[in-house]
Amino acid sequence: MPDIHLKAVTNHVLDDVTLTVNDKELLVLLGPTGAGKTTLLNAIAGLVPHEGSVFFDDVAIDALPPGRRAIGYLFQQLALFPHLNVEANIAYGLRSNGTSEREIQQRVDELLHLMRIEHLAHRYSKTLSGGEKQRVALARALAICPRVLLLDEPLSSTDMRFSKHFRMEFRRLQKQLAITTLYVTHDFSEAEEMGDRVAVMHQGRVEQVGTYQEIFFTPRTKGVSTFIGEPNIFDCDYVRPLGHDFMEVGVKGIPIVIHHHENRVSKIAIQPSHIMVYNQSPPGPDINTLRGRVVEVLSEDFLLRLTVQVGEAAFLVELPRDVGEEMEVAVGKELFLVLRLRWIKAFTGG
Amino acid sequence: MNKRRSLFSLWSIVPLLVLVAAWEIGARSGASSGHFFLPPFSVVVQQGYYLILNGMLAEHVLKSLVRVVTGFTIGSSAGIAMGIAMGCKETLNRSFHPLFSLLYPIPAIGWLPILMLWIGINELLPIAIIFICSFFPVLYNTITGIRGVNADYIKAAEVLGASKTRILTTVILPLALPSIFTGLRLEAGMAWRVIVAAEMVAIPTGIGALLMKAQSLIRIDIVIVCLGMLSVLCFLFERLFLMVELKLTHTWTEECRTYTLKQ
Repeated sequence: MPDIHLKAVTNHVLDDVTLTVNDKELLVLLGPTGAGKTTLLNAIAGLVPHEGSVFFDDVAIDALPPGRRAIGYLFQQLALFPHLNVEANIAYGLRSNGTSEREIQQRVDELLHLMRIEHLAHRYSKTLSGGEKQRVALARALAICPRVLLLDEPLSSTDMRFSKHFRMEFRRLQKQLAITTLYVTHDFSEAEEMGDRVAVMHQGRVEQVGTYQEIFFTPRTKGVSTFIGEPNIFDCDYVRPLGHDFMEVGVKGIPIVIHHHENRVSKIAIQPSHIMVYNQSPPGPDINTLRGRVVEVLSEDFLLRLTVQVGEAAFLVELPRDVGEEMEVAVGKELFLVLRLRWIKAFTGG
Repeated sequence: MNKRRSLFSLWSIVPLLVLVAAWEIGARSGASSGHFFLPPFSVVVQQGYYLILNGMLAEHVLKSLVRVVTGFTIGSSAGIAMGIAMGCKETLNRSFHPLFSLLYPIPAIGWLPILMLWIGINELLPIAIIFICSFFPVLYNTITGIRGVNADYIKAAEVLGASKTRILTTVILPLALPSIFTGLRLEAGMAWRVIVAAEMVAIPTGIGALLMKAQSLIRIDIVIVCLGMLSVLCFLFERLFLMVELKLTHTWTEECRTYTLKQ
């Protein structure tokens, strides 16, 4: 499988994009709506005009029409042909490039089996569920034995349970087929689960490329930081293992318990929206319950953004505006913050 | 379900039966001035039977039928071909759209005087009228159908390696079929309305001409037979196109309908 290299790709949406997707890698393209993610996929597929060059294994493919780039493309709305049944949908690409009917049948059977959709072979797309459509669309994209797979927010219209299942299954399939893949999403947690590496796009530019942890703990630009939710990130003064993958870390003198499977932790982070806020000390054990004082209140449309000083550490906290008003939050007010274990992320890098 | 449906069908013919009964009784009881202006239903049926037996009805209907089929086939084929070209090529669309927008609103029958002068009163005249009547609506329905095809389907086919011709024949046209057939179905009925008008005004043969002859002889029974025949022909033509449409698209529309009903 080729690696993909984009060199100064520019058009009405994209702004001088240079990016490399390594051979057999699954790179997640992450960014808010309108960041240019789909346009970038379309540029790779040859569906939109652009300046600059797209290379597969150092060979420029700009002159090749989309059909000759050997790309499997899963569109956001899947684009299954409604007038063709599942079998004919999967076979469409093979029939277009003149494969013999015997080979087509063989390949279609293979894919129906691989995607576990044999029972849907003669059904039409409108009679399929969201999950079934995903599988058929993926089978159709894989039928032409693509060198590169492009997925444009394939889970945008499916429920959470199926999304989780699809992600796991797709990850396994991607590893099994060892196919260079670009996966577009606007969901940061999806990026965490899916990608070998993540590229964050903002206003037509690729702002940062790295592992999920690198991006989360060391956002390089304001755009990236805003997109990932401006998490509270703290350096750890010490780490004390407590057993069973639990450990206590020190943050500016405050002991915080985290759950992590490595003993090395250099930073921890928690999203402002994941911190629970109480007027009085909440019931239950005192673990990760911090007492602090509000030092700043910023009011946004439906949100209150508070800075709460706990000892020497300042925590950014987000509250729905009506909840904040009910709690009579104001500068100087004493609050209790609870950091739930499951929301604390740990960084082991340097 | 089936029992309920047959009950509905039964109820739907009740108004028709009431009308026929009222017509028969009214005409025979002298509510109208004799059988002159409103012959009873039974007399109309009898007259229809005579007209079929002596071949007069068939002769006139056949003449109109040939004109409608010829004009409609040529007009709709041209409409579909031009619609495909304009739907696919923006340059063609931009060039021809203003011209067709000017010509489309003119009623087909409005062309009759000028066509009578250009073509003369011969078999070509009704065919030309039907051509005009069917060309424009089929053209616009074809353009709408083609332009309505979701761009993602075309992109998907392109990425899968389909040539432009293959995309047109295997993706665009099949998906535009429902819209094209809507145009064909509506215009199939309209063609009959237009041919009758043309035959009444300018052409001495055909069902419209028979209508005018019957009117001049004050044969209301024959007029009603002709109107009934027209109604049946319009209905059959529209049903024919509906059947062809379902035949061509039922694989994906019918199954969906069945599936929806099962839900």
